[in-house]
Amino acid sequence: MIISKEFSLFVRRRLLKMHYESGVGHIGGNLSCIDILLILFHEIINKDSDKFILSKGHSAGALYITLWSTGVISEKEICTFHKDNTLLPGHPPVSVFEEIPFATGSLGHGLSLAAGLSKYKQLTNTKGSIFCLTSDGEWQEGSTWEAFLFITKHLLNITVIIDNNSLQGFGRIDEISSMNNFEQKLSAFNCDIISIDGHDNNQIRSALSKYSNKTKVIVAHTIKGKGVPFMENKLDSHYLPLDDQTYKEAIYYLNKL
Amino acid sequence: MRNELTGVLIERFKLSKFTFITGDLGFMAFESLKSNLGEYFINIGISEQNMVSVGASIANEGLETWIYSIAPFLYGRSFEQIRNDVCFHNIAVKLIGNGGGYSYGVMGPSHHSIEDYGVLLTLPNINVYIPAFTQDIEYIINIVGQSTSPSYIRLSTDDSTSFYEPPEYKNWRHLIKGNGNIIIVVGSLASLYVEEFLKVDYEKRPNLWVICKLPINISEIPTELLDDIKLAKVLYLAEEHVVRGGVGSEILFILQTLNISLNNFIHFYAQKHIFDYYGSQKYLRAKSGLNCENILSIITEKY
Repeated sequence: MIISKEFSLFVRRRLLKMHYESGVGHIGGNLSCIDILLILFHEIINKDSDKFILSKGHSAGALYITLWSTGVISEKEICTFHKDNTLLPGHPPVSVFEEIPFATGSLGHGLSLAAGLSKYKQLTNTKGSIFCLTSDGEWQEGSTWEAFLFITKHLLNITVIIDNNSLQGFGRIDEISSMNNFEQKLSAFNCDIISIDGHDNNQIRSALSKYSNKTKVIVAHTIKGKGVPFMENKLDSHYLPLDDQTYKEAIYYLNKL
Repeated sequence: MRNELTGVLIERFKLSKFTFITGDLGFMAFESLKSNLGEYFINIGISEQNMVSVGASIANEGLETWIYSIAPFLYGRSFEQIRNDVCFHNIAVKLIGNGGGYSYGVMGPSHHSIEDYGVLLTLPNINVYIPAFTQDIEYIINIVGQSTSPSYIRLSTDDSTSFYEPPEYKNWRHLIKGNGNIIIVVGSLASLYVEEFLKVDYEKRPNLWVICKLPINISEIPTELLDDIKLAKVLYLAEEHVVRGGVGSEILFILQTLNISLNNFIHFYAQKHIFDYYGSQKYLRAKSGLNCENILSIITEKY
């Protein structure tokens, strides 16, 4: 299924409704990566051979909604998000969905987990690709660099996607660390780097489909809170939930797009 | 114990492939393992956190995975990776920590491993194995190799001489029988005591038990040991581990659960991390009162 603009908006609206009804934040980072996840799961990933690791576990909402859009997670389950007796906690759960092989949430684990999956395929000559979505802030974790050093040395078949929305929990990336230019930093490694607009479906599709015999890094330049003007590029959107008024406004803006 | 480990793993690899990941350790020990395993031997570099998560996902795909480092680098540096990526998912990763207790004595406290099993046993699904003798390695590798849950093996030193032949590996072993007091010893400390204890007159000779697997499964505690404790009402216990999270408190909890009361419990344990002066494992064990002379003088005082 080719992801259309209308479908992206439909999924965005369901994502916001889910967050609104459960009173949960982490919306901005979900809206920054949802376009990438939709194309990954609907157009790219071969469920029989490929695997995906959500290293930025706080975007579980975006992953749940994407899996809802593919039919893996039911509407009934989505309605329980972040509530008592749910299978869908704020960060991915352990061993519930085949599409979520690891429960992430603490940043800096995902790239190593992806590396292990890929190393297994390399050792056993098994077909398939590994995709890993990281946040930009989690490149402040030493373990992420440990993983990247390993991945590029072993020429692992991984597509690393960086959701480069430039905002983290308590400030802008470039105010907090010297991580404001991923392309420059990562160019020292033996990998293919592709810079894209992380909300342009054609660019996402093209980058994910491009063949590489090295580790592929897609630096996706995204906007935190994308699609909802009063959330876009706002630090608040990392944590704050929607109330009645802001939810109505958010849906209003999405309907206008 | 590392040489024994190498030999056993090489033989195991001939039967079925597995991956062995080391955090840049194994010089003068793992050269033959490396050449035998080929690409399945991975020196992942000085990156313990990455090492554990990589191992977790390789193992989760179905390939047997062993991970090796100096003990505190393994369970300390990568505790969250062991917790989240291995234990939460109940993945059968096999962790091997070398230098249990004060094995790396004079190397300094960064290299000591005296809180390892206490820390790890707070996590779900994991089992800990502490070989007492070199001969235990083959049994433990086979047990851990077949385990479907996470495991941690604490390697230390075997202080027994070639004249001593330990009984075949079991989680609990009655190493020495005598009319003296009962002492439970955790793992490799037993190898330090066993031959000296045997020299003691039978009337005073301690009843020496060794436990090599944690957490303690109550149903596995030998009835003979429990019956003897009920009668004696006195128990000695020695472990190269700090008191908190150690086997001492676990045993007391179990005895309480079983309604077995004691009049006296004498616990020998690793006293501390930071010393005024450092020395060998033998030196630091003595500083903690874990040396054989001290144990014997106390345990044979009232028999």
